[in-house]
Amino acid sequence: MTLLFHQLAYEQRIFWRSREAAVFIFIFPLLLYVLLGSVYSDEIEIDGVAVPAADLLLAGLFGYGAANTAFGGLAIILVGRRETGVLKRLRSTPLPPATYIAAVLSSTLLIFALQALALILLGRFVFDASAPANWLGFAGAVVLGVVCFAGLGVGAASLIRSAEGVSAVVNVVLLPMAFLSGSFGPTDDYPGFLDAIAAVLPLTYFLDIVDGVYLEGESLFADPKALGIVLAWGAVGLVIALTRFSWMPRER
Amino acid sequence: MSSAIVADDLRKSYDGVEALRGVSFEVRAGEVFGLLGPNGAGKTTTVEILEGYRTRDSGKVTVLGHDPAAAPRALRERIGVVLQQSEFTPLLTVHEVHRLFAGYYERPRDVDDVIRLVGLEEKRDARVKTLSGGQKRRLDLGIALVGDPDLVFLDEPTTGFDPAARRTAWELIRTLRSLGKTILLTTHYLDEAQQLADRVAVIQAGRIVSLGTPAELIGDAHKAEIRFQLNGEQVVVQTDDPTLTLHELTSEALANGSRLEHLEVRRPTLEDVYLDLVGGDENAE
Repeated sequence: MTLLFHQLAYEQRIFWRSREAAVFIFIFPLLLYVLLGSVYSDEIEIDGVAVPAADLLLAGLFGYGAANTAFGGLAIILVGRRETGVLKRLRSTPLPPATYIAAVLSSTLLIFALQALALILLGRFVFDASAPANWLGFAGAVVLGVVCFAGLGVGAASLIRSAEGVSAVVNVVLLPMAFLSGSFGPTDDYPGFLDAIAAVLPLTYFLDIVDGVYLEGESLFADPKALGIVLAWGAVGLVIALTRFSWMPRER
Repeated sequence: MSSAIVADDLRKSYDGVEALRGVSFEVRAGEVFGLLGPNGAGKTTTVEILEGYRTRDSGKVTVLGHDPAAAPRALRERIGVVLQQSEFTPLLTVHEVHRLFAGYYERPRDVDDVIRLVGLEEKRDARVKTLSGGQKRRLDLGIALVGDPDLVFLDEPTTGFDPAARRTAWELIRTLRSLGKTILLTTHYLDEAQQLADRVAVIQAGRIVSLGTPAELIGDAHKAEIRFQLNGEQVVVQTDDPTLTLHELTSEALANGSRLEHLEVRRPTLEDVYLDLVGGDENAE
């Protein structure tokens, strides 16, 4: 346990000292919220219900933030550390691999929790957005988002071979997914084939759950199907990670 | 003296290609053992099996009494590993990186002690990204020492160094030896093995082709050479007894009134031995 906190403290120190990480991972979703929040004002109609744009975007960018921090951030960190030999070096120390992974995941969770808080404060004071209708459910969504997208992030890191390729892959996956799933605005007018793609993406279902707990005050478990799909995606990532993850550099 | 490492008939294939074809050797506690060989000979595979990074296909290995394939934590407490190439987060300071790694061990050395030992005290609070290449390698070594290991693996520790940096690194390795550490060193530099290692194993195409002290390897191999020019002709005489042969040659020359131009007596260097062992067999597979 002491070792976990030791590693977590250093993970945090490394993260916040890295301007690229702090900007790309932490600031970017907040920045998008400011931009999109300034474009869409008033209310947006979804399935016949009018919802304040600030609320809808907050939920959308919360989802994007989860994917960006846990999927994108983890994949970039892990591939970078693997290819530079950091992971290999760690394997020769007494630090148990499980403790290391737990520290990296806790660090990600902490970063995303702070980001979620920043989004709520930004929404509250700048765009007059609502506070979460179900705080406990909202906190649960923070954890759920990290669990699902961290699973996918570690899975992706296991498949991506080079440190150069990782940010390209991450962005090619992340941005279209966020766009299709409705992170950046309503998707009601999208053509059918885009909806069909959106219907298999984890972020779509994660956003359904976030909308539920944040806007409607539902429980985290109100939509078992959506919850199941989100967790299933996380599990797919985990299975890939368990079979393909390597501590050794891939490139030689 | 007990053995720090025992490797017995190690075998390993990658995709049907035999990288190790029965490697056996023993490293005694407290010695510097050099594993010498050209690239692709099997040095790194051997060391990575000992470090617990790779599994062997067959053979027996004991490192400090443990089987490294199981990579028990008790073993990892007592080894230090310096990889051929590794980077650390550029954003932490030298002191912080040492502290980070010290936290992994039950009985770490004093962090500032280690930083002094590897000669980075002036860079203690500098971030890793500001270090020169040589300083980064010293950081590497410092991190390997911070757990106060009994056995240190150094994989080609001076590859890419300029001559001055190599001398410094050699001094450092001698210091480690004087601290009582057992050191397994891989290198493809002959002078490095000759300078540092108590015993050397020459590995070629997955086999150990020679093993002994540098002096033994040289002594075993061939005779002394006496070279000179007589009437413009290059003459090379090989002999087991250079004193006697030289006496005979010079007496004869004096008696005949001839001169032995460019006379020299050469002991074979480890390089000659090494090239003899691995040369010509370079592409053997």
